[in-house]
Amino acid sequence: MIDEGRPMMISPEAVLKTTTKIKLNDIQSGKVLSVHDKPNLKYAWDNGVAIGRYLAELKNGKIIGKRCNSCKRVLVPPRLFCELCWRPTDDWEYVQDTGTILTFVVSHVNWDASRVKKGQRYHTPAVIELDGAGKDQGILHLIDEIEPYDIKIGMRVKAVWKEPEERIGAITDIKYFKVIE
Amino acid sequence: MAQDIAIIGVGTTGFRATTPDLSYRELTYEAAKKAYLDAGVEPKEIGAFVATSEDFCEGYSIADEYAPDQLGAVLKPIYTVSGDFIHSMASGVMMLKSGLYDLVVVQGLSKASNMVTKPYLTDFALDPIYNRPLKELSDYIAGMEMNRYLYETGTTREQCAQVVVKNKRNAMTNPLAGHGCELNLDYVLDSPMVSYPLSELDISPYSDGAVVIVMATADTALALSDKPIWVRGIGWNSDTPGLETRDWGRAVYAEMAADMAYKMAGIRSPRSEIDFVEISDEFSYKELQHLEALRLCSPGEAGYLTVEGATELTGDLPVNPSGGCLGVGCLLECTGGQKVLDVVLQLRGEAGKNQLQDVTTGLAMSWRGLPTTTGAVAILSN
Ligand SMILES: [Zn+2]
Repeated sequence: MIDEGRPMMISPEAVLKTTTKIKLNDIQSGKVLSVHDKPNLKYAWDNGVAIGRYLAELKNGKIIGKRCNSCKRVLVPPRLFCELCWRPTDDWEYVQDTGTILTFVVSHVNWDASRVKKGQRYHTPAVIELDGAGKDQGILHLIDEIEPYDIKIGMRVKAVWKEPEERIGAITDIKYFKVIE
Repeated sequence: MAQDIAIIGVGTTGFRATTPDLSYRELTYEAAKKAYLDAGVEPKEIGAFVATSEDFCEGYSIADEYAPDQLGAVLKPIYTVSGDFIHSMASGVMMLKSGLYDLVVVQGLSKASNMVTKPYLTDFALDPIYNRPLKELSDYIAGMEMNRYLYETGTTREQCAQVVVKNKRNAMTNPLAGHGCELNLDYVLDSPMVSYPLSELDISPYSDGAVVIVMATADTALALSDKPIWVRGIGWNSDTPGLETRDWGRAVYAEMAADMAYKMAGIRSPRSEIDFVEISDEFSYKELQHLEALRLCSPGEAGYLTVEGATELTGDLPVNPSGGCLGVGCLLECTGGQKVLDVVLQLRGEAGKNQLQDVTTGLAMSWRGLPTTTGAVAILSN
């Protein structure tokens, strides 16, 4: 329906003329000819030195970064170079698995763009500034064990890890972060 | 009068079949660090950056957004060209010639080893409605082109095989190359058939690696470098992509790209003015077809020149002294980067055991690989 309260860019008649009369069923039933294809594309990305160590430490239940002595940040995930100072980073440094919520969202849609069903928890991804890492930077993860709309920027959180035998060296070795204060 | 442009710094990781120890970011960082050191510049002094990538090759969408960090280009003017390294270089040349910047950096990278389903990726480049449903391994396109090229020019499979022997041998003495070996002609000819007349050893293997170059306007180049390599000409061209309508025998895109570069460089007689070339040999016959397209010999002559040894390191027209794609490995979008790099090293006298004597002008040429009909050419002088 055309909302008459809005300024019109094109006339309603033109909209009707340009709107296709083809229905999904016309394509699925073969009335309109079409070709279906699905790409077979697989990748195996090399982690390299920095991310390789990051993942190995996650498997150990630890979060490691790499310090840049020039800007004093500890980069998490670690990098072999500081992108701001553009120099090799210095020492490896463990950071805490506690931190502060820098920003977050209450997402009413699932990963596949379907809507979260009634009774299911909304998704709450967040950027978490880890204790011991650089100011105003954080890692992306999930918040849980709290009502989504009770989350506030600035809340203190702690990682909830998978059991050691379940860890595989992946960011999902941390199940989520929970609010601790 | 437009500005003269020079390459004042080059850096590379070298090229290997796999690089499990380094991420793509770390590969580019290494090449960039070396290039800036070579040029004597800091990233903060550089006006703009041009990266080269193809999302499906990287396995990221919008992969260009990941380009700044490892180049020192955070919060700097940067964009990505989805083509070959020489296309990116052409973009940089235009920025410099227009007076927009004095220093421009160009980057290229291959992480081919991370593509698990490479043949399907080439297949995915074909028209989905009327080509792809036929479901043939895409190397057949090279086979059909080779067949037509041999038919039109009288070139033989033996002459093509000689290209493989030469390039893989050249790679043996190039420490940057990852696929060098000593082969004899019969071994190449007897290698398993893929799409007749194309056999397994006619096809370049893939390599990983990164190339970064620093280009500058004339005044800046002369102030910073005692060995600037001048970009005298650059050209690029694309034929129709259709398998139905393209020219199967000739590499017309290469002829046109070369004409554009020759004109800019003021070259009228390529054979007498160009000392050596680094050109796309992703398939053995491509080296011969491209040599003819570049007007360095007449149609049908390239095979004879190869068998006579004229294109060897010791010949009068060395072709792919680095080992080419056959010996170095095909580098996807960075293929032209390796070509430019090796022309620069030759012109500086830094090509080690493969160094040619008394060379002043070299040509680098890339082709974007299957199933494309796109090429780019750069002409460099010391
Ligand atoms: Zn820093």
